[in-house]
Parts: sequence; C-alpha cells; structure tokens
Amino acid sequence: MFSLDRWQEIYSTIRKNKLRTFLTGFAVAWGIFMLIILLGSGNGLENGVKEQFKGGAMNGVWISSGITSIQYKGLKTGREIKFSDQDYKLIKNSIKGYDHISARLFLGSVLVSYKNEYGSFFVSPSHPDYGYIKEIQVLQGRFLNQIDIRECRKVAAIGEKVKAQLFKGKDTVALEKYVCIRGVPFKVIGIFRDFGRDDNEQKRIYIPITTAQKVFYSTNVINQISFTTGNATPEEADAMLRKAKMTLSRSHTFSPDDPRAIDIMNKSEDVKRVNSLFAGIRMFIWIIGIGTIIAGIVGVSNIMMISVKERTKEIGIRKALGATPASIIGLIMQEAILITGFAGYVGLVLGVGLLELIARNMPPSDFFRNPEANFAIAIGATILLVIAGAFAGFFPAMKAAGIRPIEALREE
Amino acid sequence: MIDITNIHKTYITGTNKLHVLKGIDLKVDAGEMISVMGASGSGKSTLLNILGILDNHDHGEYLLSGIKIEHLNESKAAQLRNKYLGFVFQSFNLVSFKNAMENVALPLYYQNVKRKKRNAIAMEYLDRMGLKEWSHHLPNELSGGQKQRIAIARALIAKPKVILADEPTGALDSVTSQEVMDILTDINKNENITMLIVTHELDIAKRTQKTIRITDGMITEIVKN
Repeated sequence: MFSLDRWQEIYSTIRKNKLRTFLTGFAVAWGIFMLIILLGSGNGLENGVKEQFKGGAMNGVWISSGITSIQYKGLKTGREIKFSDQDYKLIKNSIKGYDHISARLFLGSVLVSYKNEYGSFFVSPSHPDYGYIKEIQVLQGRFLNQIDIRECRKVAAIGEKVKAQLFKGKDTVALEKYVCIRGVPFKVIGIFRDFGRDDNEQKRIYIPITTAQKVFYSTNVINQISFTTGNATPEEADAMLRKAKMTLSRSHTFSPDDPRAIDIMNKSEDVKRVNSLFAGIRMFIWIIGIGTIIAGIVGVSNIMMISVKERTKEIGIRKALGATPASIIGLIMQEAILITGFAGYVGLVLGVGLLELIARNMPPSDFFRNPEANFAIAIGATILLVIAGAFAGFFPAMKAAGIRPIEALREE
Repeated sequence: MIDITNIHKTYITGTNKLHVLKGIDLKVDAGEMISVMGASGSGKSTLLNILGILDNHDHGEYLLSGIKIEHLNESKAAQLRNKYLGFVFQSFNLVSFKNAMENVALPLYYQNVKRKKRNAIAMEYLDRMGLKEWSHHLPNELSGGQKQRIAIARALIAKPKVILADEPTGALDSVTSQEVMDILTDINKNENITMLIVTHELDIAKRTQKTIRITDGMITEIVKN
C-alpha cells in the first residue's frame, strides 16, 4: 500500500490538477487553522482566568467570623461572632481528613521599619501550616515552625517585595536582621515568594500567631481558621465543611442555617465552577471546529467525486490492464488522505504559528494569557485529519472501484 | 486457447431486454489470428468484452487457456486480464497525463515490477515499435499511428497469450492501418500470440487467417482467408 510507486502515481495526478488540488486543500487547511485558533484562544481564556486562582492551595477553605443574621435560641440578630484559640482546637479535633490547618489574625496594614527604611505592609499572624495552605515558596531561610509558636518567638517571614523595599543599598542581607513591627523588633527568619496576583499578597509578613496574640492583643483571639481538604473528594470536602460549621454553631450558639454568622470561602467550589464553564466552552469550540473541518472534508469528497468522474476513462484503462478494485480504492483514498493530511498540516502549522505570535506579542491580561495549542491537541488534530481524509476519499473510491471498464472505454 | 460454447448475453435496461449474443460457439487455437466482422449492433463488441473478461456472460462456457471463466470476482478477473490478455482499442485509450514510456509500463505496475525495471522494459518495447525517441512525449503530442503503436507495445509488455483488438485501425488512415496490421501480423508470427481482431474493414479482415462473421448475435459464416 505504501510503495513508492503508488505515491509517484498520486504525485503525477496531483501535478496534473494543481489548481483543483490547491482549492481542495485550502478548505481543509482553513478548517484546521480555525480549530487550532479557537482551541488556542480557549486555552488563553482559561489560562487567564485560572491565573487569578493562583497563590493558594486549590483545596483550601477559609472560615472567617461574621455577624449573626438569624435569631437563634433566644438570642437576637446582629451578634458578632468572635473566634478564639478554642475554636481552632475544636475544628482541629472535630474534622477529619484535612492535611494542613492554621488560625489567622488580621492585623491589617502595619508600619514596618528597618533602620531608616519604612513601609506599610500586611502583617499576618498564623500557624506554620499556613505556608502550605497559601502555597508560598521559601526563597531564603525558613518559614514559621512549631517551636516559634510554642515559645512565642518574635520572628518574621517576609515577602520578597518587603525585603526589596526595606533592605536597599549596601544593607541587602535581610536574614537575622531585626525589623520593627508596630515598634516591636522581630527577627527575619525567611524570605518567601507568593504566587498570588494581588500586590498585598507579595507585600506580606508572617509572624507566629501566638506571638501576635501576646504582643498586640493580650487575648487568644483569632479572626480566621483555614485548612486544606487533603485528598478528599468534593463530597467529603462538603461533609468536612458542614462538620466545621456545626461545631462552630454549637460553640457560639448561632443557627447552622445562618449565612452570615460565619463566612466560608471554598476555593475548590470556585475552581470547580470555572472548570465546568471551560469544559462547556471547550466543547463548544470543538463542535464549531469540527463543523468547519467537516465542511472542508465534504469539499474534498466532492472534488474527489468530480475527479473520479473525470478519470472514469483512465480508471477503466487501469482496470482493463489488470488493476484490482482494491488498488483503485487505495489510489483514490490515498490521494484524499494525502491532500487532507498535507493541507491540514499546513493549517496546523499556520495556526500554531499565529498563536505563538500572539502569545509573544500580546501582554497577558486578567482574562487572556498564553494562548496555546498543546501537543495533545496537535496529535488529536493529526489523527482527525487522517480519519477525515480516509472518510473524504471513501465514497469517491467506492464509486471508482465500481466503474465498469466496458462502459468507461466505450466510444463517446 | 479460447474455447467458448453456447454463450448467451442479454442486456436488461429497465423493462427492455436486449438479447445480444444468442449462443456463440468458437474455438481459437494458440497462435491463430482471427478477425471478427459484423454490422454494428451485431454483438461483436459484446463478444470481445466477454472474451476480455470485461463483461460476464449469462449462459454457456468459456475456457481461456484451460481456465474456466465463471463467477470471477473483480480482483481475480483483473489478475487474469493482466496475465493472459492484451487489449488494443480503436481510440487507443492511453492515459493522457502519462508519457509514452509510462503508458507502456502500466501493466507491469500492476504486476509489482519495480519502476526502473518496468521503464527499461517499456523502452525495449518502444524501440521495437520504432518509437524510442518519443518515449517522453505525452499521447496528445503523437500521431494516431504512433499512439496505436504505443497501445500495441502496452498490450505486449505483460507477455499475454491473447491480444484482443477492437477496431484497431478504425481511427487510422489506410496507409497507417496497413502499417499497424503489419506489426500485428509480425507479432502473431514471431511470438506466437493468439490474436482476435474486431473490424468492419474487409481488407483488414483479409490479412487474418480466418474471418468470422456475426449477424444478429450468432456466428453465421467462417471464412478461411
């Protein structure tokens, strides 16, 4: 089937009908080109939106205290719920399946200084696990640890932008230096990078929550409890959240149905919603793209049909000289596959090229970045092309095989 | 070589039945050169198609070189045509986008002979036809006589046992016709290839050993020339 001779036979027919072959191929190339552009743009859109989810584990849950909005057990609405260490321990003991858990305090934007350099940064007291929940990357030194918590050490892990702002000029080594947070000196133990897109996430300082409670509050107040749901399935994660809410509802006496007593942010929910949105978009794109390709294939099939009609006599001659029906089918189908395959490949290359050009020259925005057609798409498109070519060639080939030599060779 | 008994053929188009061959018996020995004559519509082309395994007969028996031709699938028929039969047509039936050499080599392509080898063999046959210098010309650059000589070379290249020629001189002038007949007679004599020529020209028929006249689907006369 793949003998060089067969290809030479096909080449000589194609060379004879350059314009026809070109026009046919163009339809297919255009179809594939459009599919690649559409899929690539879809990916760009998806990358853009997903970028906004960066900086924090995908299975993270954040529970913050709020104000009650439903009367419950004789208590009026508008009560402020206040979390304490007690709640952190309760949650930690009652839910099963989390892999990291941390309490947090919100100090807000705080004036921080090192020698003569000043800056306003978000100071975030937390447990060591928060480093995992936020998926930060330690660049130098270390993050908080359990000993810091137990001994209420005055230590701080600072973001790389904090470091850049406070440690300038000759004094560029930050580790082991003391920075003043609200006038209290803290030793810098590590420098980290946060992948979140918000500038505030980059300009953050983490200190042990126990230290902050002692130094800034003198109580065991906390503002937020955060954990990751580990390998839990979405259903198990839901169950964990319900359990946490029930536990808090009991200890603070608020209605478990109260939507505002506590505020739960569930990142996996958001991710799931966006994923299903993009699954929909992707399907839509494939439908349009395949529709375009089908139009191209029908074109190829049509042209091949005409070609077979034109070549009736030639095919009749071939059959009289000993061509089997299988060899005629092979000849026509291989020609169709060659045309679709080659043209499709050209479309593929042009499409990927254009995407590359866009990706390189267009600055990434919130909703569009890195449009790309990945390897899997290219492989998929290639397989699609060969199948499409075979399909386009099939009916004309069957027609050609059915040509009866006597009728083909009859005098006109 | 060819042995047919009581061959019938009916064409059915819609409700019309056309009984074209009404019981043909014919024996052609190896190396014989026979002409078939008859008015148009007498069934001579149909007979040639059946002999060429280009069409099926309805009844009767056909033995080609001892092989029974009956209920063949298309692939088998194609192989037999390729191996045993050579065709020469009135309108030459050369492939228009192939040059003379490639046209001659085409039957060998279907025998899976390598390109170089089959082109070399094709050149030999073209040389015998005196067309070596024309080997790279396309059919439409050649005269009728040249085209028919290429067609004859193509019919010969697979070394067939029988050559079937349908009005081989029908499109040629009388001088060229005689030249083509010279070639066919030579081949018949020197290579002992059986030859069956359909014609309506008496002087062409006279050059064969035997003339068979078909009238209305039956053999009515066999004349030795």
